[in-house]
Amino acid sequence: MFDFIPSFKPFETLIRHLSGYDFWSNFVNLCAQFDGFNEKMIFKIAQETDNTIYMTVLSGLWGTIIGLPLGILLYTTRKNQILECQIASGLLSFFTNLLRSIPFIILLFWIIPFTTFIMLIMTGQGVFLGRQAAIVPLSIGVAPLIARMIENALLDIQTGLIEAARSMGATPLQIIRKVLLPEAMPVIINSLTITLITLNGYVAMVGAIGSGGLGELARYYGLYSYKPAIMNTVLIILILIVFTIQFIGNMIVKRVTHH
Amino acid sequence: MIKLENISKTFIHNKQPIYALKDINLHVPAGQIFGVIGKSGAGKSTLIRCVNLLERPTSGKVIVDNQDITTLSNRMLIQTRRKISMIFQHFNLLSSRTVFENIALPLEFIGLPKKKITPKVNQLLELVGLQDKWNVYPANLSGGQKQRVAIARALANDPKVLLCDEATSALDPETTRSILELLKDINQKLGLTILLITHEMDVVKQICDQVAVISQGELVEQSTVGEIFSHPKNEVTQQFIQSTLHLDIPDDYLQKLSPIPQDGLYPLLRLKFAGVSVDTPCLSQAAKEFNIDNNIISAQMDYAGGIKFGIMLTEMIGNSQNTQNAIKFLQTNNITVEVLGYV
Repeated sequence: MFDFIPSFKPFETLIRHLSGYDFWSNFVNLCAQFDGFNEKMIFKIAQETDNTIYMTVLSGLWGTIIGLPLGILLYTTRKNQILECQIASGLLSFFTNLLRSIPFIILLFWIIPFTTFIMLIMTGQGVFLGRQAAIVPLSIGVAPLIARMIENALLDIQTGLIEAARSMGATPLQIIRKVLLPEAMPVIINSLTITLITLNGYVAMVGAIGSGGLGELARYYGLYSYKPAIMNTVLIILILIVFTIQFIGNMIVKRVTHH
Repeated sequence: MIKLENISKTFIHNKQPIYALKDINLHVPAGQIFGVIGKSGAGKSTLIRCVNLLERPTSGKVIVDNQDITTLSNRMLIQTRRKISMIFQHFNLLSSRTVFENIALPLEFIGLPKKKITPKVNQLLELVGLQDKWNVYPANLSGGQKQRVAIARALANDPKVLLCDEATSALDPETTRSILELLKDINQKLGLTILLITHEMDVVKQICDQVAVISQGELVEQSTVGEIFSHPKNEVTQQFIQSTLHLDIPDDYLQKLSPIPQDGLYPLLRLKFAGVSVDTPCLSQAAKEFNIDNNIISAQMDYAGGIKFGIMLTEMIGNSQNTQNAIKFLQTNNITVEVLGYV
């Protein structure tokens, strides 16, 4: 379930494809001038890039699946809102704050038993490392952040719109689906872009403890044996990933904004 | 169509009760345009929100179409609201939807299939005169066009009642007029009952059949528009009418105005006409009979609810005996005469 795209290896596939061409050996030779680079390392970097993207996207997805309803509930159970409920609002807010106050690196270790339990159920292997297992702490770490961001995005909506929808005889669910979410969409997409970039940082942390991804490369070639060329390559790839996320995010925001 | 019985609404703010509405009784007959006028903070917004229970009254009954809606379950209330539409001061259109999609929204709420939504929306677009704007987003519309979309949206479910919450207050005078004309038009075409709240007497004057005046949470006066304009009883009502009929004494007259009669000075009069007095040519009759001349400085005459009324500043030229008699004559003809001084 956590690995519904097990064959997600775009860059590794790309490199494998490129290696069939004539210029490949020249390229490998060129790279080999730098300390630590060889054909195997190029493949390794491609694989870890795939892992980083895989973990970022999937945990972003799972974080949203958990965080979106949570954020909607945080908003709608507030005072004078469509599902006003002080107890629910207080509890949700308390637990969101609780999770938000745990630094991610500590959360990561704290929920190891839970992660292994989930992995045992989902894949039959009780592990807490690896690109699949990492999605559990990543999703849980990012969900409360997403929830708060969704809540904030909804708080921006003019109360008059909700009033208008109520006066038309809309049910609370219809208000959420047809008024709240579409109206808040530009802000929500913006928030998710920011979240995804933050998540990229979390992914590096799980990588550094051995779950794969560019963080793991950084541990080997930064912490254990310092190879500047590899470190710099990792850095450039990370920057490119962040820029791409921001670019895609901006593009979607532009499409859904009609102001 | 709408009956409010003993409606009270109390808000608790910082543990202090605020009495927003006090024992309001109101009856809006079917097919009428009923106006509630009040200053900001008088409770008129709360009042109109009580009619579709966006705001639940602390006590009292809200009867719409012979049904006390305060006793309805949540589900029934949602059903009922679909027949009580509302438009707002700030239009409240969804920025994420085009004009067409905004009008379609209430139809989506009742689960109407797409095939039936399209002709209905097209018909509404035609009614409000925005056929060519169907695919435009609200951000690219003017205020008047936005309110037209809001009206079309409000009419989508064929409501029995339309509530207008300061619907023209954010619009310029010309647009206000065209929106009010549209409201009057649909009132007559569709037999829709309209309850509107406003702080502008001009709105009442232009389209209302009846009007109630609200002040500090209480209805202080309620009558037909003609009666209110011709014989306002409450002070607040008089203030509102003054605001539409307002004549200042010009500065140069004010400077030479003397409070006591002197030789060579003539009285400056403020004449108030209401109802019957307008229909007789009193001024020219007075001129002929008492050998005086009337020099009209400024005047404002108006027509609302089938009644003419107005106010006039005039200098009455003639000897003092004649002017005295002429003033008496005007007074016996139901004109309120006020001697402002002598010029």
